[in-house]
Amino acid sequence: MSSSGNNDSVRVQVRGLRKSFGEHEVLRGVDLTVERGEIFVLMGPSGSGKSVLLKHIIGLEEPDAGEILIEGQGVNTEGLRDRYRMAMVFQSGALLNSLTVGENVGLYLREHRLKPEAEIQRVIAEKLDIVGLRGTEEKIPGELSGGMKKRVALARALVIEPQLILYDEPTSELDPLIAITIGQEILALRDRTHATSLVVTHDRDLAFGIADRIAMIADGEILEIGRPEDVRRSQHPLVRKFLTADFKLKPQ
Amino acid sequence: MFRDIGGLVILFWRTLLALPLALRQRRKVAEQFYEVGMASLLMVCILSVFIGGVLALEIGPVMVERGLANYLGGILGLAICRELAPTLMAVLIAGRIGSSMAAEIGSMAVYQEIDALRTMNINPVHYLVLPRILALAVALPMLVIFADLVGWMGGALVCSTNQQIVVGMQSFFANLRETVDVQDVAHGLIKTFVFALVIGTVSCHQGLSTIGGPRGIGRTVTKAVVNSIVLILILDYFLTHLLVQLEK
Repeated sequence: MSSSGNNDSVRVQVRGLRKSFGEHEVLRGVDLTVERGEIFVLMGPSGSGKSVLLKHIIGLEEPDAGEILIEGQGVNTEGLRDRYRMAMVFQSGALLNSLTVGENVGLYLREHRLKPEAEIQRVIAEKLDIVGLRGTEEKIPGELSGGMKKRVALARALVIEPQLILYDEPTSELDPLIAITIGQEILALRDRTHATSLVVTHDRDLAFGIADRIAMIADGEILEIGRPEDVRRSQHPLVRKFLTADFKLKPQ
Repeated sequence: MFRDIGGLVILFWRTLLALPLALRQRRKVAEQFYEVGMASLLMVCILSVFIGGVLALEIGPVMVERGLANYLGGILGLAICRELAPTLMAVLIAGRIGSSMAAEIGSMAVYQEIDALRTMNINPVHYLVLPRILALAVALPMLVIFADLVGWMGGALVCSTNQQIVVGMQSFFANLRETVDVQDVAHGLIKTFVFALVIGTVSCHQGLSTIGGPRGIGRTVTKAVVNSIVLILILDYFLTHLLVQLEK
């Protein structure tokens, strides 16, 4: 494994993916392809199966049926993770609470012994600087706000120099200004590394602001898939409802 | 508990396979060793002095009454190093350290920290389980050696000061030296080593299997401690049987 290998992005194919938890079928035959280097946004209401799909793509869940292919190979193929660098930014950040911010960000490099310690320190400072958290190396996750934790998680993912990066609700619980910063960082990362990005969100502004393509999922099924302008024009009633819902109360 | 046996065996096997990585994880092993050893040393000393003391109080007067006072040091010495120190220290460590290991790993599972490790291609068995089991396997036998020594001193102290017993320190330790040999201490330490593996494997396995929120972590801690103690006591019988056969 190498963190300084080429940054060729990867193609992700999901074919006929099905998953149930008990009696509840969460994914009902999902098919989609994420092309190399594109930002693909998976949008849908809460409980629609977005995050479960993301966990399957990174190999944290085993499907009941169907398959996930990374460059044509099954995601749980032996050695796949040594060939392709993948990272995920969790909704909660999922920072290791027993480690400092700096140790969290440098964890991948240290555990895989990819760089000398001095170089690791430099990379940690650089990545924290990118997400606007310079000088927070010695803080512990408990001292950070939700937004800061997410940005540290992003810095931790950047260290991997991923060819595929997955974001689970990257802007939830963030104020609009920080949300925009995160959105810009997703775009900047793609432009810098050409990494394939898959973003799960129910934030319409983020989806239409950064996506090359959008898929709309509800009740474990893909309802619509296409470029943002195509999705905006969708006539599917659930997609229309999701895209046009607002806070204005309608008279009874 | 017996439903978990398969999972325990698999986790233990995976940990054995990861042993060649132990040197790479030496910093984490040292941290865990410090945690196990330093956090428990005082408790071990206090517990052991009273184990030795209460044992002397229970059997001392009976033996004196039957004219067996000269054998008191040997009997106490054997009971402590072959059975009481290994078993009671293992139970203490299961409660004190096993619970904290299960809670820590359990909360990491609940708050997706273990998922985060997996996405970074970091094997949780290498990163979390191996250092903990190794640290316990080294620290617990060392704690038991301490417990043996302190327990013997506690017994000697009670024997020499209690009016119903009155066996002098010198006589107590002379008989202890005569009766207890290295093989007896090793007998206790072999059992302790196995108990350490049980505590580490059960606690880590429970932690990694945690689901749900804080209530799930609570269940995990309870199961880790109870299952460890039950397995320790069951294994204690069979190990003792095996070791006694081997000693013949």
